[in-house]
Amino acid sequence: MININQWEAVIGLEIHVQLSTNSKLFSGASTNFGAPPNTQACNIDLAMPGVLPVLNEEVLKMAIKLGIALNANINSPTSFARKNYFYPDSPKGYQISQMDKPIVENGHLDIELEDGSIKRIGVTRAHLEEDAGKSLHEDFEGQSGIDLNRAGTPLIEIVSEPEISSPEEAVAYLKSIHSIIRYLNISDGNMAEGSMRCDANVSVRKVGETELGTRTETKNVNSFRFVEKAIHYEINRQINEIESGNTIAQETRLYDSQKNTTRPMRSKEFANDYRYFPEPDLLPVILEEEFINSVKETMPELPNEKKIRFMEFYKLSKYDSSLLAADKDLADFFEEVTKESNSPKLSANWIMGEFLAELNKENLNIIESKVSAKQLGVLISRIEDSTISGKIAKEVFEKMWTSSKDTDDIISEQGLQQVTDLSAIERMVEEVIKKNPDQLKKYLSGKDRLFGFFVGQVMKESKGKANPAQVNQILKDKLKK
Amino acid sequence: MELHEFTLKQQLDGLRNSTFSSVELTQNYLKRIKSKDPSINSYITVTEELALKQAEDADDRYSKGKALTLDGIPIAHKDIFCTEDVLTTCGSKMLSNFKAPYSSTVVSKLFDQGVVMLGKTNMDEFAMGSSNETSFFGEVKNPWNLDYVPGGSSGGSAACVSARLASAATATDTGGSIRQPAALCGLTGIKPTYGRVSRYGMIAFASSLDQGGVLARTAEDAAILLANMSGHDPKDSTSLNIEVPDYPKEISNDISGLKIGLPKEFFEQEMPDYVRKSTEEAIEVYKDLGAEIEEISFPNIDLSLPVYYVLAPAECSANLSRYDGVRYGFRCEEPKNLEDLYMRTRSEGFGAEVKRRILIGTYALSAGYYDAYYLKAQKCRRLIANDFTEAFKSVDVILSPTTPGTSFKAGDKKNDPIDMYLQDIFTIPANLAGLPGISFPCGSYNGLPLGLQLVGNSLEEGKLLSAAHHFQEVTNWHKESPEL
Repeated sequence: MININQWEAVIGLEIHVQLSTNSKLFSGASTNFGAPPNTQACNIDLAMPGVLPVLNEEVLKMAIKLGIALNANINSPTSFARKNYFYPDSPKGYQISQMDKPIVENGHLDIELEDGSIKRIGVTRAHLEEDAGKSLHEDFEGQSGIDLNRAGTPLIEIVSEPEISSPEEAVAYLKSIHSIIRYLNISDGNMAEGSMRCDANVSVRKVGETELGTRTETKNVNSFRFVEKAIHYEINRQINEIESGNTIAQETRLYDSQKNTTRPMRSKEFANDYRYFPEPDLLPVILEEEFINSVKETMPELPNEKKIRFMEFYKLSKYDSSLLAADKDLADFFEEVTKESNSPKLSANWIMGEFLAELNKENLNIIESKVSAKQLGVLISRIEDSTISGKIAKEVFEKMWTSSKDTDDIISEQGLQQVTDLSAIERMVEEVIKKNPDQLKKYLSGKDRLFGFFVGQVMKESKGKANPAQVNQILKDKLKK
Repeated sequence: MELHEFTLKQQLDGLRNSTFSSVELTQNYLKRIKSKDPSINSYITVTEELALKQAEDADDRYSKGKALTLDGIPIAHKDIFCTEDVLTTCGSKMLSNFKAPYSSTVVSKLFDQGVVMLGKTNMDEFAMGSSNETSFFGEVKNPWNLDYVPGGSSGGSAACVSARLASAATATDTGGSIRQPAALCGLTGIKPTYGRVSRYGMIAFASSLDQGGVLARTAEDAAILLANMSGHDPKDSTSLNIEVPDYPKEISNDISGLKIGLPKEFFEQEMPDYVRKSTEEAIEVYKDLGAEIEEISFPNIDLSLPVYYVLAPAECSANLSRYDGVRYGFRCEEPKNLEDLYMRTRSEGFGAEVKRRILIGTYALSAGYYDAYYLKAQKCRRLIANDFTEAFKSVDVILSPTTPGTSFKAGDKKNDPIDMYLQDIFTIPANLAGLPGISFPCGSYNGLPLGLQLVGNSLEEGKLLSAAHHFQEVTNWHKESPEL
């Protein structure tokens, strides 16, 4: 029997993020996704004889932003290196990357665990490099096609310290990075399209051991869920191997999402000796303090800062705050709604309840929402000012979603305003009491629970439009008599 | 006097004064190439049609009074410079079918000034060699004696200018590839400061050492051409963003009081007496011109060759990885799979010297050897650069022979790479330090020319050109031409 509790996992992530520049890292070719093969590859991307790389300066700004967000050092000078390997989708036969002087070094990121505690994960480095093209094996009988559209697209590779202890932590870290790059607007972070890719370094050791076990690198894990599953699989596989008396080979493995397994890559699928050396075609880049400061000034509020502000300023719970702050669009939407509604707590509930449910149902993102923040804010303020009840508000929301009509128009057209006329409510209360003499008798003889029955009957009578607070008050008065 | 006997400067004057037309001048060269080049093999491609079209356009501009700076001057380009829609082979089977899809900055700049392109010149394969014997397109002969080599790697450019088959030629210099052939063919050749001339479109051999330059008949011609190909290029991140001086004007600058340093370690190297004698005579000429001679020390010269033969192959091993048969150039017949495609394309497409250097470079960069070779070589490179920095505290230029001797017979050193590499012992230090160097004729032995080298401080091409120009005003070595 394997006692899983005797083991602990040591995990480090390497996250490749495609930077959303208009042009490539070292050429002027476009980086748009989905163009016909090889239409976005210029002489430089094709590695024609004699061409030279010229660094896209936009990329520096993006990397510096990330470095600041990760509480890291920005290296100056930062320099590029050649990583040599032969593969048809690497047209130069080497990749321009960074080795000794990555632009970002020694940072950290605080992640929130499921139990609400905070864990600090070290970020070893983040370096710039160019993406490879793609090999297409399907469409050509006995041959492979090469599409170099992606070749030269800027990537930043974020390498964590091996300080992650579980698949869940790995996902929390990955999500946190995802949230940051979206906040910084440096990448769309779309894992399905490959703009964010993750390799996981995993090893296991007996609890209490100080030496690290032999690690494997699992590549090609392209969703949050797969990261969790792949690491899970790999931890269990390694424990099983060791428990059965085998050793772990230091190797690169591929995650197979269909079978939910990892398998070793053939040794020819990766090179062992990349023969890094300084890229002589690019001078080391000096990042003046003035330049770094000017980038600093463009930094948006980051997810963690926003979370804290939401807790302090809007008095939201930690849970609500971190959920809203994780997605910049969602957080912005919340703030706009609140501006209109003046009720942060109710706005947060509505957004995380009805609103997100509706979006998910139709598989839309926030930008595509059919109800604007302003409209939703007006709706919530109508609950606050007692024009409608919360229950009616849900009806109104449904109608807002399917029509393009304004909140107030729907309320007045459908006559959904809450009844706040005291005499009207009194009449309804008297009517209900008259109709239910038995219940009245029982209530007066001590069955307090029946109070709710009367409230329900009055609400029913009013078709839900009576103000519940007023109904309560009047009922209390009448039932005493 | 026939048109090809005029220097570039004289031709420019002739065109401006309508003494002759660019078409006449160009036709003269094209005719001469047809009759003389078969025995020299200095051209890989002759672009006759294009040349005549460019010449007609130039004449048209002259007649309208709208002539460009170098309008109608026919020159040749080393086949290392990409020329749009024209074969650009780099002397290799690997690119024997490669028509470049764009023009290098050097070629574009010269086209923009009305320069006529006669063709593309032969060279050592991928600029690796000192005798022009490694070209896939055959050896180039030295016009002074067809049994001898013209030097390399810009052997074709040197031979064609020397044989008066072009007014001047572009060339490149990684360890001496302009200056050594200039010396061996009796020409003036200048390698400017690293970064002075754009490397965009110049097929890379060793990126941190490669530099474009000129092979011409006189310092004045070299100054004219260099002024028009230098300057900052946003497409080359290592190109210098510093204004280019008016070299043709600077050549007249007074050189009296010029401080010339003689590095004693250079003269301690093994060299024949006739080299010493010619160099000493040249020093006397400079003394007469008012220069001051001072002995200096260059303690690290012995490191030059070993450092160079680690760094240049290391860079070349990566630069030449792109020739894989996938996108352009030579591709082996019916590859069985990817590995076979790589292996056979590269085995069949590269010549022996190129393979040797790729192997050396790959080895030097390999895990476990990097520190001992590449990193150590980089440190030594710094020491050599420091020797220059020290020297230029007390002198303006550094004088030495360009090569340890005159040209040698074809085949003599072909199977002895070390002996071949020693050809560049005096020229390599300037490349390692990124400094400008010039070679010009200073004597002859057994009917073969000898060259004198001056190395200057960073960006002091003007000083080198004026020192060479003043030498040429009082000597006749540069006026001699081979009989063909």
